[in-house]
Amino acid sequence: MSNFTLASARDALKAKKISSKELTTAYIKAVEAARPLNAYITETPDKALEMAAASDARLAKGEGGALEGLPLAIKDLFCTKGVRTTAGSKILGNFIPPYESTVTANLWKAGAVMLGKTNLDEFAMGSSNETSASGPVFNPWRDGTKKLVPGGSSGGSASAVAGDLCLAATGTDTGGSIRQPAAITGIVGLKPTYGRCSRWGIVAFASSLDQAGPMTKTVRDAAILLGSMASIDPKDSTSTDLPVPDYEKALEGGIKGLRVGIPREYRMDGAPPEIAALWDKGAEWLKAQGAEIVEVSLPHTKYALPTYYIVAPAEASSNLARYDGVRFGHRAKDVKGITDLYEKSRAEGFGLEVQRRILIGTYVLSSGYYDAYYARAQKLRTLIARDFTEAYTQCDVLLTPATPGPAFGLGENSDDPVAMYLNDVFTVTVNLAGLPGLSVPAGLTAGGLPLGLQLIGKAFDEGTLLRAGLALETAANFTHKPANWWSAS
Amino acid sequence: MSVDRDTVRRIAKLARLAVPEERLDQLAGELNGIFTWVEMLNEVDVTGVPAMTSVVAQKLKWRVDEVNDGGQAQALMANAPAHEETFFVVPKVVE
Repeated sequence: MSNFTLASARDALKAKKISSKELTTAYIKAVEAARPLNAYITETPDKALEMAAASDARLAKGEGGALEGLPLAIKDLFCTKGVRTTAGSKILGNFIPPYESTVTANLWKAGAVMLGKTNLDEFAMGSSNETSASGPVFNPWRDGTKKLVPGGSSGGSASAVAGDLCLAATGTDTGGSIRQPAAITGIVGLKPTYGRCSRWGIVAFASSLDQAGPMTKTVRDAAILLGSMASIDPKDSTSTDLPVPDYEKALEGGIKGLRVGIPREYRMDGAPPEIAALWDKGAEWLKAQGAEIVEVSLPHTKYALPTYYIVAPAEASSNLARYDGVRFGHRAKDVKGITDLYEKSRAEGFGLEVQRRILIGTYVLSSGYYDAYYARAQKLRTLIARDFTEAYTQCDVLLTPATPGPAFGLGENSDDPVAMYLNDVFTVTVNLAGLPGLSVPAGLTAGGLPLGLQLIGKAFDEGTLLRAGLALETAANFTHKPANWWSAS
Repeated sequence: MSVDRDTVRRIAKLARLAVPEERLDQLAGELNGIFTWVEMLNEVDVTGVPAMTSVVAQKLKWRVDEVNDGGQAQALMANAPAHEETFFVVPKVVE
């Protein structure tokens, strides 16, 4: 079972070599056995079996959607009707949505089976999955016997895919939350163009940056899953009116003549030599398949992270104002009046990192500081986006490292918020510019931990991005798997 | 400009977050670390640069101004911490 990809399981189901019930039962067992990884917050085995039975009935009649009978894991940031959705926060600890997010509704319509809801950093704020109210997630990969984080914020989804606890998973990415965990758990992660997947029904973090995307074992699987996640949605006013292309078909044709840009500003001082070496190797792999390598410049790169840490907390402080202990979510007891109710409910319900970001956001939006911080950051964002527009006059995709290093130990970056934020140094520019980014597993460190490379595409050109990703994947031939230490049997 | 404990107290009030007195200094230190780091943005000349208002080149969609949802008062109550019939219950607001 663990050898299945989304594509091969789909083909096996269509050919009736296996039933969705068999497949789903096997994954339910794997999920149960892997509880030490803490990848899932909520397991939904009964719902999964019910959905699998319905899929088998459709498949028996020769019917069924693009994902018919395929068991998936859903980041616990997507609202799922009747199934608890916590956003990794105590404040939503008992929240049961009366509605379904558009992305998950699209998946169920395509026939997919839900195994459960995966762990994440609280409100998707973090790069290590250590800020979750449901506790940290462990990376299936270890450094010897030392446990490591899976990255974040989509750490549970990354761990579930890497540990074979689902065929594929959904993630969301605001500054790197799909691509960074994908890279350091050895899987594929795709953040689509802003507007490609509906944000409706996804718990909001920073609305101008948030985007849902697939986390999968292969580039082909990412193409398949994106094809069902993406849609045009009247419920999200920023959902773009472009038909969803056949991404799997877009994988064909090779990369002969593709111009691959290497942004010189991504060569960071003090970065581990392994990262730079892998990046060079990636460029050689693409060149060997007929791509043309072009050096380009993205001059405002170093301003991206500080810009992000103004824009994202500003939007978060505004979005999280809705958690007031009145209409839903945690409510403090023994309060003196309505203001006390708000202040105590929020203080009790939000974890420390979320509170820190709310305070940053409130400060940069407050009277007297708005122009100095928020307005300036939005201008920097224009400059960062212009860098990409300029670079794309010379190339079709960009190749960069995905992360500044491999998975790290628990607590290793917790003392200094800025040190933790640096994990997203290569990914955050892409969100600020609204572009699609793809992380592909490309190699191992000397210590045997996975590293990824990132490809960045033009807006709404996921097809070219995935085709380049397939070329990278083929050359890297990353077949390493973590040894199973987490299940007792 | 440096963030002190009074500033943290003020923004915590604006954000409706109860922050205990003993955490103010630590938070001031953390926020100062972050704000010192973002000061590098002042190196950039942004004269004449428009602030970004939309990340994709698409105008916000318009729709007809008509009721297309609603009548779900019961469903709205399902997650309410306290309610009576279809009213949210809160502490006394007006004396």
